[in-house]
Amino acid sequence: MASLAIIGLLGYGLIKKGDGGVGIGSAAPNATLSKLGIDEPVSLDDYRGRWVLLNVWASWCGPCRTESPALQSFAQENRSKLAVIGVDTRDLSEDALNFVDEYGLTYAQWHDGDGSYAQDLGATGYPESFLVDPAGKLVAHYPGPFQDEAGIAGFAKPALGTAG
Amino acid sequence: MRARATLALGLVLAAAAFPAGAPAAPPRASLPDIEDEVMCTICGTLLELSDSPQARREKAFIRERIRSGETKDQIKDDLVSEYGDEVLALPGTSGFDLTAYLVPGIGILLGIGGIGFGVLGWRRNRKKELVSAPEVKRPTGAEAERLDADLARYDL
Repeated sequence: MASLAIIGLLGYGLIKKGDGGVGIGSAAPNATLSKLGIDEPVSLDDYRGRWVLLNVWASWCGPCRTESPALQSFAQENRSKLAVIGVDTRDLSEDALNFVDEYGLTYAQWHDGDGSYAQDLGATGYPESFLVDPAGKLVAHYPGPFQDEAGIAGFAKPALGTAG
Repeated sequence: MRARATLALGLVLAAAAFPAGAPAAPPRASLPDIEDEVMCTICGTLLELSDSPQARREKAFIRERIRSGETKDQIKDDLVSEYGDEVLALPGTSGFDLTAYLVPGIGILLGIGGIGFGVLGWRRNRKKELVSAPEVKRPTGAEAERLDADLARYDL
C-alpha cells in the first residue's frame, strides 16, 4: 500500500514536471504572466483574434542578442499583421529591462521567471519562437535564433499572408 | 560619592542606549548564508556551486540587496518574485511540495509499525511454540540404571 502511494507520488511528480510542450496544432498555453518590470497580469487571451509571435529569450543568452535587432525591425514593420511578444525567461527583470533598453525593443515583453510558460510552450533552449494563430492555436515552432528579418518573415508567413 | 554618581550616570546612559523592550535586530544577511539555500535555476544546481554568467548575476543581485540592508528572508522573497518558487533549494511547505516532508515521515512511521507488528507476531508464535512443545519423556527405572552403568564406564 505504502509502496503504491510512493510510486503514485513519484508518477505525479514526473507528470507535473513534464518534459514537453503542448505541441503544434494544439491550443497554446494560456497562463497568466506579468509584464516585464510591471506587476500587471497578462495572458495570451488578451491577444485572441490576432496572430502572435512569441519569442522566448533571456538577457544572459548570447544568440538572443544576435537576433534582437532583426526581431525589433520585423515587429515594427508588421505590427498591423501580428503582435510580437518577448517572453523573458529565467532572468532578472533588471537585466532584462537593460537588454530591452540596449536594443530599443518596443514590442510587448512578458516575464516568465520560473520558465514554466516556456516549458509549457515546448521551448528547449534560448531563443525559440512560436507562432500562434488568431484562434489561440500553436501553428509553428522555431528553435534557435533567427539569422535575419527574412528568416522571421518566412517563419511568420501564415500570419503575413492574412490581412490583419 | 563621586564614584557612585559616575556609576549612576553610566547606568542611565546604558539604559537609554539599550531599552529593555527593544526587539533584537535580525542578523545581517550574507551571501554564503543565502547561496546555499537558493538555486541557480538555469544551471539546476545550488547557487553556491555554480559560476555560470547567470549565477554570477544572481549573486550580484543578492549582494546589491545585502548592501541595501535587506534581511535574508526579504532577499529570498525578492528572488522568488523574480524566478518563482523554483529558486528555493528547499521545497515549499504547501501543496504538492509538502509531500517532500510528509513521505519520509510516513515511511519511517510505517517502518516502525511494520517492525512492531513483526516483533509482536514473532512473540505470539514463540509463546504458542512453547505451550505446544512436546513433554520431555523421562527415562524409566531400567533405562536410568542402564544409563548410570554406561556413564560409570567412562572416566568423565
